[in-house]
Amino acid sequence: MNRLAIIGIVIVAVFVLVAVFAPWIAHYDVGTTNLAMRYMPPSAAHWFGTDSTGRDIFSRVVFGARISLEVGVVVVAVSAFVGTIIGAVAGYYSGWVDSVLSGYLFNVFLAFPGLLLAIALVAFLGAGLNKLIFALCIIGWVGYARLIRAQVLKVREYDFVQAARALGAGDFRILFVHILPNAIQPLIVQASLGMAGAVLSEASLSFLGLGVPPPAPSWGVMIEEARDLSTLQAAPHALIFPGLAIALTVLAFNFIGDGLREYLDPRQRRR
Amino acid sequence: MKYKLFGLLRRVGFLILVVWTVVSLVTLLIELVPGDPAVAVLGEQATPEQLAQFRVKHGLDRPAFFFDFPEDNSGQRHFRWYGLNNRYDDYWIALLHGDLGKSFRTEQPVIQLIFERYPATIELAVTAMLIAISIAVPLGVVAGKNRGTLLDNSLSVIALVGISLPSFVIGPMLVYVFAVKLGWLAPSGRFVWSDIILPAVTLGAALSAILTRMVRSSVIEELGEGYVRTARAKGLSERAVVYKHVLKNGLIPVVTVLGLQLGILLAGAIITEKIFGWPGLGLLLVEDGIGKRDYRIVQGCVLAISTTYIIANTLTDMLYRRLDPRIRVS
Repeated sequence: MNRLAIIGIVIVAVFVLVAVFAPWIAHYDVGTTNLAMRYMPPSAAHWFGTDSTGRDIFSRVVFGARISLEVGVVVVAVSAFVGTIIGAVAGYYSGWVDSVLSGYLFNVFLAFPGLLLAIALVAFLGAGLNKLIFALCIIGWVGYARLIRAQVLKVREYDFVQAARALGAGDFRILFVHILPNAIQPLIVQASLGMAGAVLSEASLSFLGLGVPPPAPSWGVMIEEARDLSTLQAAPHALIFPGLAIALTVLAFNFIGDGLREYLDPRQRRR
Repeated sequence: MKYKLFGLLRRVGFLILVVWTVVSLVTLLIELVPGDPAVAVLGEQATPEQLAQFRVKHGLDRPAFFFDFPEDNSGQRHFRWYGLNNRYDDYWIALLHGDLGKSFRTEQPVIQLIFERYPATIELAVTAMLIAISIAVPLGVVAGKNRGTLLDNSLSVIALVGISLPSFVIGPMLVYVFAVKLGWLAPSGRFVWSDIILPAVTLGAALSAILTRMVRSSVIEELGEGYVRTARAKGLSERAVVYKHVLKNGLIPVVTVLGLQLGILLAGAIITEKIFGWPGLGLLLVEDGIGKRDYRIVQGCVLAISTTYIIANTLTDMLYRRLDPRIRVS
């Protein structure tokens, strides 16, 4: 493993711990406003300062990690699961099934700019955490499906698949017991990059007012609230800390994804 | 020749199929609005007459699709066929006449709003792309030529940081530095030429990072090719080898990425336009469309942006084949 991937793993571990133990780490309520304490710079009492309504930014960033992690994990798990099944079916059966799935369905989903489709879905469905997760799964599954299809196409030609068939195994057993376990390795890379993408998309949609509604401490919402000129002037830290949180998290998952890719593909390692 | 024509027809056929799907999706998306769109637009206080009038004016009183399964009084669902007299058909017929409907709020034709805003978005996306290219090509070449050195490694890390920093973090930070602190540039709007600098840099930042990585690996790959050895053997300077030979071949994959990225830039412009109040399609979508629940505008904007994306992708693919004969043959 390369050094950057290890840095990535450390950052992600910290991020997960912070999300899990948020109530013990944050010492202020995330929603309590206090206009007398607005725009306070970072201090011993408020590590990251306070925002335009006097809320503690550190506590909000800590609880924001929960939202990001929840969205990331659910979106990646659901899209990877759905994508794997559809991709495996397309790759295994080929013929007209594959033409319909990969020739048409995959390409239609790839023909949309992903973020735009998510924005459109949430715009019509209405904002909210569950709808946001749904929209991100709709745009997410196709990446996994394409990857798994290509893997299955390769693996199903191997001798052990032939052997399994000769022993009388059915399609279901061949596909899920013999082919898939040998085909899903690259999925880890995709899932790691997918976490980065999901965290980023959640923040983007929340920033646009289409994600988690405002009092919730989503990092995207915090940035949206911190960017008006009077807040920028008085409290640039209200922008910097949630911004750093997003950037570090996304960077860490990208580091891990890149590192894993190199690790799994020896041809790239030598380069 | 016959094969080429067949390939072209297939491509056009697929393009039509994709556009048809996109339009259908956009048309039917309005059915996802929870409750009644008329209530969502006019508000709870609207009288039944106002609601009814609104529905008639915008065709919302007509069936959504060719058929549905309405519930009868006893709670059972039955198949009902409406024929061609439905909203899905209406939207298509209007679209083929170049009509995207009228805004739910201002009653301006949506197509006119889109044409007003389109140039600003294209201007922003193209400027962002030019900025990204002028940063990425020199950096990528330097990194690729010095592979494995400290310089290369630090450029790679900077590129990854650039990819990870979202535009809604970079943008407000640039506003803070250049508008609030230094007072050199305006924080938002599109009035003088310098207003494009901050939004274009914001939009182009991630692209320049992606391109730097592409150019780097492309240069590394090409430097290992036989023709580079030949060029060096005949006594060409390293500069000539890199810029005349390697770059020419090495930029081919970069062209594809550029084409694909133009579409992503158009979508990404939604966020950048919101940050800087840049009056393009994205701002129309977010503020006038989503913000005011003007679903006709949302439909029109989604359609305009995705169609541009699809066309940009198709053109890139064709250009790519033209540039690299190896792909054309295979």
